[in-house]
Amino acid sequence: MSETFIRAAVHAVSPSSTSRSAVGLPFPRWQILSRYVSPVLLMILWQIACSTGLLSTRLIASPAQIVVTSWSLINDGTLLSNLGVSLLRAALGLLIAIVAGISLALVAGLSRIGEDIVDAPLQIMRTLPVLALVPLFILWFGIGEAPKILLVALGSIFPIYLNLLKGIRSIDPKLLEMAQTLGLSRRQIIQDVILPGALPDLLVGLRFAVGISWLMLVVAEQINAESGIGHMMMDAEDFLRTDIILVGLFVYGLLGLVSDQLVRTLEHHLLAWRCVRHSRGLTT
Amino acid sequence: MNALLRPAPEEFSLSRQDNGAVRVRGLTRRFNGGPPILDRLDLAIFPGEFVALLGRSGSGKSTLLRTLSGLDPVSEGQVFCPKGQAVVFQESRLLPWKRVWQNVVLGQDKGKDGRDRAEAVLKEVGLSHRIDAWPLTLSGGEAQRAALARALVREPEFLMLDEPFAALDALTRLRMQQLVAALWSKHRCAVLLVTHDVDEALLLADRAVVLDAGRIRTDLKIPLDRPRHHADPRFVHLRSALLESLGVHDD
Repeated sequence: MSETFIRAAVHAVSPSSTSRSAVGLPFPRWQILSRYVSPVLLMILWQIACSTGLLSTRLIASPAQIVVTSWSLINDGTLLSNLGVSLLRAALGLLIAIVAGISLALVAGLSRIGEDIVDAPLQIMRTLPVLALVPLFILWFGIGEAPKILLVALGSIFPIYLNLLKGIRSIDPKLLEMAQTLGLSRRQIIQDVILPGALPDLLVGLRFAVGISWLMLVVAEQINAESGIGHMMMDAEDFLRTDIILVGLFVYGLLGLVSDQLVRTLEHHLLAWRCVRHSRGLTT
Repeated sequence: MNALLRPAPEEFSLSRQDNGAVRVRGLTRRFNGGPPILDRLDLAIFPGEFVALLGRSGSGKSTLLRTLSGLDPVSEGQVFCPKGQAVVFQESRLLPWKRVWQNVVLGQDKGKDGRDRAEAVLKEVGLSHRIDAWPLTLSGGEAQRAALARALVREPEFLMLDEPFAALDALTRLRMQQLVAALWSKHRCAVLLVTHDVDEALLLADRAVVLDAGRIRTDLKIPLDRPRHHADPRFVHLRSALLESLGVHDD
């Protein structure tokens, strides 16, 4: 559950860590392969333990069983229909968070009065553990789609708001002065200086938000859900189907990985002006 | 808070006028009731005149330039400036997320000819080959050329240069000085060049003004014909006069 979160955090804090290993010391091929020896060994041990009855399949399904189960879940459409529902929830929640987070950050970042009105309540709400709102959300919004989507939205709004606000605040005042001496209007300054300047921070926020959205979804889908990956896993629990639970876990993991990669690709395109500097810095 | 987010200062005594001349009368500026940074300063720059402004750190050079460019409010005194003005700072202050040509025509009415106009002025400063480059890939000299192009594209009547070559290496600085001399003799706008470099002032300016404790200490005409050369023997006398008023005794 917290794995997605930590992974997003690690990536966001040190975006250079991955690029360094890619460009850094050239490892011989066997050394690259050696990184995978221990995971593969663990899988084999796991399979042996299950096959010999050392590990009860009530506690954990064997790797082979997981593969077979995923295949059948894909074939009878269960996995894909549940995945679709989960994706839709995450996407809608994220969309609400992005729109609301960006709007609030702009209000707080671009006007003094806006900051006074918006920032304090958001900072207070930020300290609340969002998951503690689940009972209230069920009371308010029932057990349909609304509480699930809103939970995702509420969880992922804060990283977007906070990072974008920080980005707006940390625009180089020298650039703003320059824009002023060129006679740019306020609208032009916001459009050409402030927003592009804050974009890198917004994207960092978006990466955190994507990580948190999966976290929220996992919790939301295990409460009174009738569909979705989380519901599929809760259903499986009733029938002691550890294989289905593990398939669900893998799907969540994959979703986190893929969505993080999507944001990174987005960064690569939107921040092309920065990538130039990085690659130049590495070659010289 | 960002400077932008404050409401624009009341410009009650900064007037824009059309005749291309700069006039400062009795300008006083102090911060928080402290001693004045600028002290009843009077200065006039004629249309097309090249004035170098020298002075030790803290003598009020930057404050004067910030006031003239409208970044700082005028609280005491009067300032008359032409409408068309541009500033080149010590750092190029290019927007890293816009390509060079977009930086040059930043804030200009976006027309189809934007790129063409950028290209023309970039050619003038010798940077047309980097028209599509990202600013972070430019060298220091190239970035300052782009900043000069961004100022020139506005066809200013009054150009302010705030130590524009201070951060460049010596060779690049020499080439940039030649470039500015050439551009000025072509465009003939009024120029105020803030500099620490006495030789730079002698090479470029019609007049060198030395600021000391917020007042003009020396106002020296440089009556030499152009193009000028660093090795010109007539510089010697002028140089020691300027250094003298900067508090450096050239024995």
